[in-house]
Amino acid sequence: MEQKTNGKREARLMKGNEALAEAAIRADIDAYFGYPITPQSEILEYFTAEMPKRHGIVLQAESEVAAINMVYGAAGAGGRVMTSSSSPGISLMQEGISYIASAQLPCLIVNVNRGGPGLGTIQPSQGDYFQATKGGGHGDYHLIVLAPASVQEMADFVFDAIRLAEKYRTPAMILADGALGQMMEKVVLPEEGSLPKPEKPWATVGKPAYRKRNIITSLFIEPEKMEGINFQLQDKYTAMQEEVRYEEIALDDAEIALVAFGLSARVCQKAVDIAREKGIRVGLLRPITLYPFPKKAISSLADKVNFLLVVEMNAGQMVEDVELAVNGKKPVYFKGRMGGMIPTPEEVVDRLESLIEKLSISEV
Amino acid sequence: MQETIQINGYELVYKKPSTLTEKPFHYCPGCGHSVVHRVLMEVIEEMGIQERTIGVAPVGCSVFAYDYMDIDMQEAAHGRATAVATGIKRIHPDKFVFSYQGDGDLAAIGTAETIHAVNRGENILMIFINNAIYGMTGGQMAPTTLLEQVTSTTPYGRKHEAMGYPLKITDLLANLPGAYFVTRQAVHSVNAVRKLKKAIEKSFEYQKLNRGTSFIEVVSNCPSGWKMTPVESNKWLEENMFPMYPLGDIKLPKEK
Repeated sequence: MEQKTNGKREARLMKGNEALAEAAIRADIDAYFGYPITPQSEILEYFTAEMPKRHGIVLQAESEVAAINMVYGAAGAGGRVMTSSSSPGISLMQEGISYIASAQLPCLIVNVNRGGPGLGTIQPSQGDYFQATKGGGHGDYHLIVLAPASVQEMADFVFDAIRLAEKYRTPAMILADGALGQMMEKVVLPEEGSLPKPEKPWATVGKPAYRKRNIITSLFIEPEKMEGINFQLQDKYTAMQEEVRYEEIALDDAEIALVAFGLSARVCQKAVDIAREKGIRVGLLRPITLYPFPKKAISSLADKVNFLLVVEMNAGQMVEDVELAVNGKKPVYFKGRMGGMIPTPEEVVDRLESLIEKLSISEV
Repeated sequence: MQETIQINGYELVYKKPSTLTEKPFHYCPGCGHSVVHRVLMEVIEEMGIQERTIGVAPVGCSVFAYDYMDIDMQEAAHGRATAVATGIKRIHPDKFVFSYQGDGDLAAIGTAETIHAVNRGENILMIFINNAIYGMTGGQMAPTTLLEQVTSTTPYGRKHEAMGYPLKITDLLANLPGAYFVTRQAVHSVNAVRKLKKAIEKSFEYQKLNRGTSFIEVVSNCPSGWKMTPVESNKWLEENMFPMYPLGDIKLPKEK
């Protein structure tokens, strides 16, 4: 649905990567640090074209390692900052992300996920779900992870991710994929300047005489202190659970539930339409926040349906979290494609039909 | 600038700069770190820029530099101090920003960040403590370790066939157009300390001009890692380190 505020919000046809970058400029990003990697280089290119004309800093770093450490420095200095990359580049950033999480700095990290492992392929994948939602680097931490499923959400979630990152002083990630980054769709861009900047009294800006010095660090050599920091982090993750977001599609009368995020959810939405035409009462639950994960919603869903089918573009990652949420109440099945392959809606429906057949035979 | 203070009829001529905290240095006796910390903070006090200076601490023996320096600081990951300093400086181009790193940090794991920060001409001061050894982790070979020098990972001496040559990264950086002022100093004598202080003062003055990176190498010692007394270590420094790492300015700003 097209939104209008003061008649100013125009609809545009944009690539996901460009919509995301434009939204970030409208979110008053102070600095973007990045390094080229397919399929997200348009983000860096968009910033290098737009930032000099508008406001803010863009810097092409010498590596993803340098880029994330520039983010750490700039975020610690009080800036609203972001970086973006794709899977192998995000792996390189993991050390820095762990430091940022421990030092409790807000920032936005975008992963336009491509197929792996290794150098993999430049085609879309969801193979980085574990890395994104379970921490990714060393130590006990989480990122807030938002999973867009459209170009519109590529833009909107920039605002949501920054707002949450600043609220909880934590790194937030937008986990997209190569298709969402590259495809063009209609998008209504968020309004510029509509995301207020919070005070950051902890930032390194130069120590005035009236306050103690500000130190940004993740080093707490005494284990008692380090455990204390860990308790702080865990309290924060507990508080974050109230930020859970998900979408329910055709679940009211559903006997079967599909669970999918991002691009897979787009595929599943179509699969629901096809299946319902065939008389299969199936619906879809789409987690929007992958961390915090919609555990309760999935647990209550399991009370209503006969079984769940999780569809992902990986070997089965989110399915583990779904199984934990369902906790044995109902069978949980998995359908996945890997290495840059995207499942078709027909494949999903075929799987549904064969599961229904198998289950009705075993019931006899 | 300072008012004269009288104590029991004696005039106070030497005291801890107000920009250092009350915490006693944890460094080994004779180590150069505490002298460099002190001189750096003296300059910041005397120039009156405490409120406008942000520092970046390294990984290594001086990892806790921010416990002693009474300014806003960030702790960087091993090798990444100049990337972190870049992020800070880009957000606060009007502030003074410095990074402080040892030889393993700056010239091994952080070589890429080091070269590219200078190549961009980041308008910061990079301080590089070269004592030819990894002190913190127990005295392993550093990129600047001398040939035949014995460390805990070169128990038979550093052989170039297997371990390469001492890396003169400061000379390498001086070739980059982004480098504005490059100098090699020391803290083994009173005279050397005075020269270092002058170089730090100049670097902060240059930072006001926004013309590129200032880079100060401090050839220093590691009595514990070198297995020497402080006095022996300073003698060894003069006899062995200085021939490889001669003191003096390597690149001076062009007169304009």
